[in-house]
Amino acid sequence: MMDGEELKIRVLVVEDEEAMATAIRRTLQNFSSTLESLKRQISFELSYQTTLKESLEALDHKEYDLILLDYKLPDGNGIEILNKIKDLSDPPIAIMMTAYANYETAVMATKLGAFDFLPKPFSVEELRMAIKKATNHLVLIRQARSFEEEKKKIRFNFISILSHELKAPLGAIEGYLNILERGTEKLSKDDYDKMISRSKERLLGMRKLILDLLDLTRIESGEKRRNLTTMNVTTILSDVIELLQLDADKRKIKIESASAKEISLFGDTLEIQIILTNLISNAIKYNREGGKVTVSLNDSSEKLKIAVTDTGIGIEKDDLGRLFNEFVRIKNEETVHILGSGLGLSTVKKIAHLYKGDVKVLSTVGVGSTFEVELYKDCG
Amino acid sequence: MSLKDKKILLVDDDHDYLFQQRFYLEELGATVLSAQTKKEAKERIENEDFDLAIVDLMMEEMDAGVVLAHTIKKKNPLIPVVMVTGVSTQSKIHFDLQTKGERRWMQVDNLLSKPVRSEQLKEIALRYL
Repeated sequence: MMDGEELKIRVLVVEDEEAMATAIRRTLQNFSSTLESLKRQISFELSYQTTLKESLEALDHKEYDLILLDYKLPDGNGIEILNKIKDLSDPPIAIMMTAYANYETAVMATKLGAFDFLPKPFSVEELRMAIKKATNHLVLIRQARSFEEEKKKIRFNFISILSHELKAPLGAIEGYLNILERGTEKLSKDDYDKMISRSKERLLGMRKLILDLLDLTRIESGEKRRNLTTMNVTTILSDVIELLQLDADKRKIKIESASAKEISLFGDTLEIQIILTNLISNAIKYNREGGKVTVSLNDSSEKLKIAVTDTGIGIEKDDLGRLFNEFVRIKNEETVHILGSGLGLSTVKKIAHLYKGDVKVLSTVGVGSTFEVELYKDCG
Repeated sequence: MSLKDKKILLVDDDHDYLFQQRFYLEELGATVLSAQTKKEAKERIENEDFDLAIVDLMMEEMDAGVVLAHTIKKKNPLIPVVMVTGVSTQSKIHFDLQTKGERRWMQVDNLLSKPVRSEQLKEIALRYL
């Protein structure tokens, strides 16, 4: 449902008294309500039935959004209609009208899913109010449903990209095995070595993807599994740097960290490790040979700012917007040889949100990038 | 069954795939000019001669494959171009060469979908050379 679009509500009026049916028609015909909160114009499309039998048949053939239902009908009572609609996949909202209003009827009708109860005689204004309330409710239900569907779609998308990302390395390794299977006699030493090292590299990439995926699901699973303590961020940083030092050395990249004092933070240790590992390993991967990575921690009473700067290839302006989305990898001449899961930065962003903070990037192509994460202290 | 003295331009942005396809073509005696990006491929098209081009559609750059096919045909319309795509299953975009219009738009002689088996690759190379 789009904002501003006219919303047509299909109403079934089940009423055997002609005078009453006419009154309802007059009221609703001239009543086109606007839902202020949604800025949407509402109009009503009315259908009428006078007996239980005809009403049940009408419900088999057409969908309605709203039913105005008389309790007492010539061939039965309105409760049977409530019984029928409660089993529909997209049931209309029911408003029960009756002159024989008593407590038991009201309870029974509510139990069977009637949304509202309108005792006869009612005024035009009372009818309008009831309709307005029901319409509001209807719009909210539909919005919630389309939100649910959107969520399902996102999930499906995620899974299909993920399966592709898992299939790709398997395909590559299988391809190498197919060649090796034919015997190594005709292979040059170079080709043989390359096939083995590429296979191992693709396996490593796959393992990294699975680990990143575990990080991501852990973050997304919510508060339950967070392990909150007061940690020493400075120590975590040196541990992370030590772990990544080998990768940096291979490409003669220097890692420098500048933090004045011991910095403590209340939060989940693993989350801070994930942020630091992702940002620093990116800063190494996308750096130039012999480049530099600078990590700075900026601590105040209110927040902790982590900044990681590299002297690498930088990011094109057009790519900045989608950088933090899942599975996004910027592919160009410079990055074509770099492996990555495309999940790291989206995980960093999600963690930053857990601390009511965010992640920002500043970049100049050919010069380098700075990633800055802000974590607020009162919500770890 | 030999492709001796034949040169094949092979374009694919997947490093491993490129290596493997090159291996099979070289086994048949062909000389393979490989390129992993649109830029590399353009340089090769401009500076080198070849008898057949096998070009990945390369979705990362959206239309790189189509652009390259056009560039090759502009240089020499007689060079056969085989387009390889992994697109159909991934993003549900479907390419076809059923109609004349599609063939003219794509500027390719044949369309293969990934993964291309080694026998398939050999068969196609031998067919056009």
